[in-house]
Amino acid sequence: MDLVESYAEDLRFARKRVTRALLGLLLLALTVFPLVAPDWMVFLATLVALYGIGVMGQNILIGYTGQISFGQAGFLAIGAFGFGHLRIWGAPFPVALLGAGLASALAGVLVGFPSLRLKGPYLSIATLGFGVAVYQVFVNWEVLSGGRSGLAIAKLKPMFGMSTTRYEYYLYVLLLALFTLATYNLISSYVGRAFIAIRDSDIAAEVNGVNLTRYKLLAFAISSFYTGVHGALYAQVLGHIEPQIFNISESITLFVAVIIGGVASIEGAILGAAFVTLVPKLLSNFREFVPVVFGLTILIVLIFEPLGLFGRWLKTRLYFQLWPFR
Amino acid sequence: MDKLLQYSLTGLSAGSLYALVALGVVLIYRSTRVLNFAHGDVATLGTFVAFSLLSDKFSFPVALVLSLAAGAAVGITFYFVVLVKAQRRGANLLGMIILTLGLALIIQGLVVWKWGAEPVALPFPISDTKTYKMGAVVVSQLSLATMAAGLVGSLLLYLLVQRTRLGLAMRATSENVMAAQTLGIPTRMVLSVSWGVASALGVVAGIFLAPALLLDPFFMLDPFLKGFAAAVLGGLNSLPGAVLGALILGVAESLTGAYLTIQFKNTLAFVIIIVVLLIRPEGLLGKEFKERV
Repeated sequence: MDLVESYAEDLRFARKRVTRALLGLLLLALTVFPLVAPDWMVFLATLVALYGIGVMGQNILIGYTGQISFGQAGFLAIGAFGFGHLRIWGAPFPVALLGAGLASALAGVLVGFPSLRLKGPYLSIATLGFGVAVYQVFVNWEVLSGGRSGLAIAKLKPMFGMSTTRYEYYLYVLLLALFTLATYNLISSYVGRAFIAIRDSDIAAEVNGVNLTRYKLLAFAISSFYTGVHGALYAQVLGHIEPQIFNISESITLFVAVIIGGVASIEGAILGAAFVTLVPKLLSNFREFVPVVFGLTILIVLIFEPLGLFGRWLKTRLYFQLWPFR
Repeated sequence: MDKLLQYSLTGLSAGSLYALVALGVVLIYRSTRVLNFAHGDVATLGTFVAFSLLSDKFSFPVALVLSLAAGAAVGITFYFVVLVKAQRRGANLLGMIILTLGLALIIQGLVVWKWGAEPVALPFPISDTKTYKMGAVVVSQLSLATMAAGLVGSLLLYLLVQRTRLGLAMRATSENVMAAQTLGIPTRMVLSVSWGVASALGVVAGIFLAPALLLDPFFMLDPFLKGFAAAVLGGLNSLPGAVLGALILGVAESLTGAYLTIQFKNTLAFVIIIVVLLIRPEGLLGKEFKERV
């Protein structure tokens, strides 16, 4: 029987023995993967890991706090270029990563201020405007963006004699795991519940003592911290960044990942990240159909499966749990 | 002084195109409360239809009418096939906005697939090199035609909304859908007309923009965002506001480009959006929106 006897037990990360075993298996698979898979697969997995962090961050904002943002590319650009400049000035990788995240979080707070007065469609326009404005500033301000040639970022020196691809894979998967754990804890804490209360009804939340100003700004700060880290990691993987990467379609890709993966689900963020990274690779000979697939998937998800890929997974699991009965 | 006039005129010509885009955005927003992110892409599609027709030696008026019809058909189909279905399943407003985003992506991909991503020139009967001199101000035939298109489009829309029974039904539906239904107005039909008209307006803007820019699958993105900004500036639920906002934006942009900085000319629109939303979220002519608990 599956009885929860105390609150602490309910909050435990992996309650059942099966879950723990499966989790162990997953970790094992992730560890062995780069040793057996070819390099290009490992690189794809690395991309999924770093996108996972960004999508998770955006999910905190869209899925949990209910604030729509179409300006993620702006935060990505700030993270990536912040990281690039810090690396060029000689900051070590972890410091530069943290700096990029913090710079992005600061921008997030600034964008968060309009969100105190705006909601729904108005907020989405304001953030869209922010994203485009940041893009244009980076394109036109060569001191920030390194001009036409962009910024070159030194490759990481792999430890333990690994190849760069493998080393980056392990590092990024580890970071993704850390961010996933942090997100789980955040969502089940007071802060996470405040976010969810704001999403469901901000007036009711305020009446119940949630400080709207503080928590909306916090949601923006946290989510753009994640996005900034995503930008930094992306810059590191590419080794070379230019402002053209962070255009409006990048914002839309991240948004699509949140919706397809599943709104307000942490596992869904990773699934969505996998979707938006893998589909373009699968369709690499039919590049023009990538947006068509994204668009159709959005329509199908919103009309037939509002919880996205994660909802599909939950239903499949439920089906097998109850198997002979329906 | 002449320079000022000249730049203002250029701005007005750009602004009248923004006005056509903004009118479409506002028309859809005030009737269905949906921000149509696919507006620019529907316009692109319509413009490419016009391009194909003109290349096949159809005369310009025929191509214009057929491409407007194509744009309207896409808008109406999307309304009936996707939005109505989503509404029946209880999609919220955010969901519907995301649906339009999905439509935008689909159209974008299909346009690239059908017409390719290479820029092409639209064969257009009105030249942008032939100019007229009015006092000290020089104005090209194209920008005159553009202003005329903006004026005629706005005027026809005004007549439709204010002077016809259909327009009355549209106003009633945007005021209160339930009450309109109770009074026997076929609201779905009326709303689909709004979608069709709005999409057709977008196509007009696209066709008049194409000769000034080159035609590629993403050429409407920038004008669409500007039209959006204009709609926000004027008030998202006010049709006259959309025109006013668009003209102000066009002139402000042109003057910024002339006197302040050419690099950040395009950024101005987005700065305006953010400032307007912060100071006066309902826009210049919009009605204040209040939330009921």
